[in-house]
Amino acid sequence: MDMTHTEHAPLLRRLRAGDWIYTLALAGGALYALGQYRQFMDTYEQAILLLTLPAFALMGWQWKPFRIYLAACAGVALASIQLYQGDLARAEQVFFLKYLISSQTAIMWMSALFFIATGAYLLGLLARSDFAERTGSVLTWCACTMGIAGLLVRWYESYLIGTDVGHIPVSNLYEVFVLFSIITGLLYLYYEERYATRRMGAFVLLVISAAVSFLLWYTFSRDAQEIQPLIPALQSYWMKVHVPANFIGYGAFALAAMIGVADLLARKGILAGRLPAPEVLDDVMYKAIAIGFAFFTIATILGALWAAEAWGTYWQWDPKETWAFIVWLNYAAWLHIRLTKGLRGAMLAWWAVIGLLVTAFAFVGVNMFLSGLHSYGSL
Amino acid sequence: MRHRSTARTLYELLSSMRFAISLLSILAIASVIGTVLKQNEPYNNYLNQFGPFWFPVFEKLGLYAVYNSVWFLVILGFLVISTTACILRQAKPMVRDMQSYREHAREASLAQFQHHARFPIGQTSAASQTRILDYLQRQGFRSRVNPREGAVLIAARQGSWTRIGYFLAHGAIVLICIGGLLDGNLPLKLQMLLGDKRITNGNQLISDIPESSRLGLDNWSFRGNVFIPEGKSARQAVLNVQDGVLLQDLPFAVSLRKFHLEHYSTGMPKRFASDIVVTDLRSGQSFEKTIEVNKPFEVAGITLYQASFEDGGSHLTLRSHALAPQPQEATRHLKVDVGDSLALQGEAQGYTLELGSFRPFNIENMADETAPAEGSALERHLGSGARSSARKDMQNVGPSIQYKLRDNAGQAREYMNYMQPIEQDGARYFLAGMRTDPALPFRYMRIPVDANNTPDSWFALRRTLLDPARHTELARRFSLVALGPDTSDTMRARMQETALKTLDLFARGGFEALGKFIESTIPAAERDKAADIFLKILEGSAWEAWRLQHPDAPKTPDATLDRFLRDSLNSMSDSLHYGAPVYLQLDGFEEVRATVLQATRSPGKPLVYLGSLLLVLGVFAMLYVRERRLFVLVKDQGEALLALSSNRKSMDVDQDFARHRDALAQLLDARPAASPNPAPPQA
Repeated sequence: MDMTHTEHAPLLRRLRAGDWIYTLALAGGALYALGQYRQFMDTYEQAILLLTLPAFALMGWQWKPFRIYLAACAGVALASIQLYQGDLARAEQVFFLKYLISSQTAIMWMSALFFIATGAYLLGLLARSDFAERTGSVLTWCACTMGIAGLLVRWYESYLIGTDVGHIPVSNLYEVFVLFSIITGLLYLYYEERYATRRMGAFVLLVISAAVSFLLWYTFSRDAQEIQPLIPALQSYWMKVHVPANFIGYGAFALAAMIGVADLLARKGILAGRLPAPEVLDDVMYKAIAIGFAFFTIATILGALWAAEAWGTYWQWDPKETWAFIVWLNYAAWLHIRLTKGLRGAMLAWWAVIGLLVTAFAFVGVNMFLSGLHSYGSL
Repeated sequence: MRHRSTARTLYELLSSMRFAISLLSILAIASVIGTVLKQNEPYNNYLNQFGPFWFPVFEKLGLYAVYNSVWFLVILGFLVISTTACILRQAKPMVRDMQSYREHAREASLAQFQHHARFPIGQTSAASQTRILDYLQRQGFRSRVNPREGAVLIAARQGSWTRIGYFLAHGAIVLICIGGLLDGNLPLKLQMLLGDKRITNGNQLISDIPESSRLGLDNWSFRGNVFIPEGKSARQAVLNVQDGVLLQDLPFAVSLRKFHLEHYSTGMPKRFASDIVVTDLRSGQSFEKTIEVNKPFEVAGITLYQASFEDGGSHLTLRSHALAPQPQEATRHLKVDVGDSLALQGEAQGYTLELGSFRPFNIENMADETAPAEGSALERHLGSGARSSARKDMQNVGPSIQYKLRDNAGQAREYMNYMQPIEQDGARYFLAGMRTDPALPFRYMRIPVDANNTPDSWFALRRTLLDPARHTELARRFSLVALGPDTSDTMRARMQETALKTLDLFARGGFEALGKFIESTIPAAERDKAADIFLKILEGSAWEAWRLQHPDAPKTPDATLDRFLRDSLNSMSDSLHYGAPVYLQLDGFEEVRATVLQATRSPGKPLVYLGSLLLVLGVFAMLYVRERRLFVLVKDQGEALLALSSNRKSMDVDQDFARHRDALAQLLDARPAASPNPAPPQA
């Protein structure tokens, strides 16, 4: 996700055959989707679909494992759609759908895999077991695959309920919690590869496990998993860009906070010998907050543009807006302190950890304790 | 000692990082207040919440509209000033820095860089120069050559855009704040201050609103609501300001052809749309347009949005059922529009009906939620997301009305009645809700339906059973049936007396009165038995009352009738606490909807959008364009000094330096000398 790269030959010259196959497959998929589902999309949505093409191409070129990941997600989702044959009832009848790749089951698998991955990373960290850490990595990849596949299938299922009900599954608290878990997982996997260390996994996967625990509680005690149609205010192409951008922000902030926890522990001498070097932790924390801040800025602006269309004004100090503003101010201050003052050390780590509390309140707390226009997922 | 003027000190304070960070923190904390305390509520709510002492204090502090309060705007103003000062202060050195290659750097200072290395050169100085310049160009550096005595310094830089990013991002903040101030209520505040505009309480007719509360067409920034019933038109928007309203004239008239309201099968709203006709007031030209949520429409610099909808005064026909035991007239028809107040006649003389709302349909979950679920909890949550793990049976239970009845003393109770009977526990009822306080939920009286699907039999039965004049007769008939022909007269007289007492107590206060009577007169051990007897008496008397009205009824009630009688007794008991002289049954309706459009003129919007674009560009440039300065001092005696600097300290700098060092050393055909730098962690 970095815009520059350590190898400095021009980007296109660095591409190998695999990259081109990936790009062609991506283009083929996008065009097929455009041809197949065109009637369900307005012009803006078609433009968004086409814009994902360069975005995902760049991602795959910069971060090679992402290519295989995307292929796996597409494979699982397409297999599920194939098994459905356009009939929702088959989710109960077909074995593979019921126990593997229908949307709910896939999300359950994602949850289980994230839990096991957390255990594996913890074991790897405490027992200094390389094998356990590798297992953690593989499991995290699998969890993210099942998660995205689950969301894609959910998207398809929503259209099976009715074409007027169908919508992208980022419309309520349940769906975005799945998204949050996946994005945080992927961001972690990216840094894991870039910094060639699996020692941060235990920490980052802990926050994902917390999100997954909430997700399970939300499912089992609130039946939040049921697909709901969209109220008029949410029926907009803006949702497809606003929400994912927001969750790249939230995911990155969560990751930064967990690295902050690791950093603070290491400073106290706990696990110091097992964690990556302080500079590495510090650098990952900065990178995560930078990417989170950039995307959170975009997301907030997209939200303002949407608000102008839906509510008649781009900013009206709705509690969610205000808390987004507070989160933004918080990380803006963090970046100022670090970049301009050149400050490093425990204070910034503490700040990142506290930042997660502020972020969590903006994400969940506002829905729980405050009322406003953004109350799409109450508890 | 240099004398520093106050202005200079102030400028330095305002442009300092510490001041900026303090401002961001204060702004964050101030923003929290408005999310904790609900903003822009009617002032009465705040008065109730805080009491007469704190209410005016908080009002003075502007806590009911924090984001429009003077002190909040002042903080925002300081943010603009601080950011501007910061930009001004940084501008000169930054621009100078961006233009400079620092090609005059001395060898001694280069050797002080954190990242530097020396290595021997295996070729002529001129050849090295060519190779270095070529390398730097390929790596995206721009360079300048500075020949000096016995050496040549090649100074190169890249990524100066990160400095531009600084100006973009910080300039954007200023732009956004200014745009936001233009669109906020600052212009309105100024007009109220300078133009002598005053808010009005909004209870009068539009035509009665004085000129001092009207804003003209020249008002360049506003946000107001336009309420239009179907078939009507509006040419003003209403601005809610503090605890009152201002009226904003529009340069056009908007009339509503039709309001579309669509729902999903679950009862969730699906589409709100208004078919409107906009007529320009000056040219008289008009055109049609449909406005939907997320699909606003701009006309004459004013944007119209679908904000919400209301009832536009639906025409209702009601059937009023008297609840008195001996009414002059049992039922009566009346016509009323939603939103109207109507002084009632006849049985309900002295009461005013305030018809609050009408709903053409109500979707309720009619499933039996107590039934045990199938399969394990996990099993129920697998499969498709379309599957419901909760029991659901969404049904439209028909229209309903909500109204208040206000007595002469001004006391009001609120009522909520469904038009159609609703099935509950295997029987069908007219649900009649009542509450004494809007904060409470409705308590429902369940009036059982008769064979004709009307509440009429219940009312007839009620009139007989609760009428003291009929009690003697009912008691006599009951004792005859209950005791049979062989009973002694004294026994019968006692039974008749008990029945009379029971009926009397029930007519006064329902089951509650009977319960109190039992508690006060009968020993605890025998209460259950006594209650049983009273209930039998009531049921028997109810049956006798039924037979009085239906002489051809059979000797004993069938199951349906039995259920009807028991339900009737329950609801009759409840009806004694109903607190109204009449029950108003919805008989017919003709729905009229009204749309609420929002009309805004926001001159700051282009500024804010431009600012947003610049902000994104600026943030990405600042965070992701890496500034690097590379210096290669090629000395004639066959040695090179390489130094690298950056505006940031990070691991990337270490990596970049190692990369350039290795590449250049190889390029100049010599091994790198021992470097004072630590090996990069990611080599």
